[in-house]
Amino acid sequence: MNHEEILEKINQILIEEFEVDADVIANDNNLKESLDLDSLDYVDLVVLIESNFGVKLVEADFANIVTFNDFYTLIETKVAAK
Amino acid sequence: MENRVVITGMGIYSCLGLNLDEVKQSLYTGKSGIIYDQQRHDMGFRSAYTGMVPRPDLKSELSRRQRISIGEETEYAYVATVEALKNAGISDAYLEQHEVGILYGNDSVSNAVIEATDIFREKKDTALIGSGAIFKSMNSTVTMNLSTIFKLRGINMTISAACASGSHAIGLGYLMIKGGLQDIVICGGAQEINPYAMASFDGLGVFAEEGVSPDKASRPFDANRNGLVPSGGGATVILESYESAMKRGATILAEVVGYSFSSNGGHISTPNVEGPATAMRRAIIQSGVAIDEIGYINAHATSTPLGDANEAKAIYEVFKGYSPAVSSTKSLTGHECWMAGASEIVYSTLMMNNDFIAPNLNFENADEDSSRLNLINQTLDKKFDIYLSNSFGFGGTNSALVVKKI
Repeated sequence: MNHEEILEKINQILIEEFEVDADVIANDNNLKESLDLDSLDYVDLVVLIESNFGVKLVEADFANIVTFNDFYTLIETKVAAK
Repeated sequence: MENRVVITGMGIYSCLGLNLDEVKQSLYTGKSGIIYDQQRHDMGFRSAYTGMVPRPDLKSELSRRQRISIGEETEYAYVATVEALKNAGISDAYLEQHEVGILYGNDSVSNAVIEATDIFREKKDTALIGSGAIFKSMNSTVTMNLSTIFKLRGINMTISAACASGSHAIGLGYLMIKGGLQDIVICGGAQEINPYAMASFDGLGVFAEEGVSPDKASRPFDANRNGLVPSGGGATVILESYESAMKRGATILAEVVGYSFSSNGGHISTPNVEGPATAMRRAIIQSGVAIDEIGYINAHATSTPLGDANEAKAIYEVFKGYSPAVSSTKSLTGHECWMAGASEIVYSTLMMNNDFIAPNLNFENADEDSSRLNLINQTLDKKFDIYLSNSFGFGGTNSALVVKKI
């Protein structure tokens, strides 16, 4: 999967499964603030990424994630390393 | 000083209907809510009869976070509680400004536990079970979720007492308010319906034998009864101090005047006569009403041979010389288990306030014990002012409530 495909799929997951308003999703927006993520939401994010991309995220993976783009890149890297 | 305790709201989501009006109609017409569930038959159930309700679609009412933390039983309890709060005239703003508690009966979360365990076994990683599973797979799931959704700040706990859970929840709410500890408590009972919740119960061989139409399967007190029919849903009763109800200008639906309990101290599943008789007798004494003022008994009778016989003996012993009308609404609903003690307060209050007694469906032939009771097998238009509601459960837990028109 290339970057665009990953981006589209993640956005689709966020909108459909996380019921996020599409307007808040933008490359440079802050992921945590835009999605109003709490500790439980991170657990569900891990589940959804695993079931859709077959890669497992751990807590440390989120340490350097600020923007949506950081998140897309993280998944892209994980998928490429599979 | 002790407070008087009144019912100011009710809500119901049952196989007899998805709100108070539908349920009242089904009770009056004697419409059964029992179906034959082919899925259960295919899965290996000995008896595939069950009460059935649709899963409510709560997407427009609850957030994702709220929805993923609730299982089937909490969905039913939620819908019933929304109706009960509306019925009581209690708004979100009122809940925010006043201390309101919740005591709800629930005694299983089988489906949620199995779902989470299946994922864990398959993925071999706890991080992939998801965040909602823990909040769905604890017995207190109903109260932990509803207290969050409705922003409650009073007493907050689940009552697990097998098939008497809902009744004890109301009884304990009554004691809390009577003793001045709470002004309003949301009480009720919830019961999951999925096959996993009932498989091991079916395995005991105590469910109704197959071979008749579903509406004939549950036949409490009938000589040819041969087992119960499982069922489920949610039932909520808003209990409130009389003073609080008057202050709010609330419509009072009924008054709870007696609650008592007992434990059989015997077999885990075989009921006796003395335990239920003690609970009934004490509830009546506590209520201060005379035996012959009680116009109706909503029996626990589930349609099992020994359970119904022993309850009939207990009623006869307690009411010796007087025969109030008796019926078991489980003939219509099946056995709503953890919910039953609460739903039967809703059913009986609907009957009391609308001057009728719902029929004990399928009571066609009396046996030695049931012949001594005044069993109603066709809808009876009758005014009555006080009723007794019985609920008994595994482990020999017994609960009896006395409720009065006000």
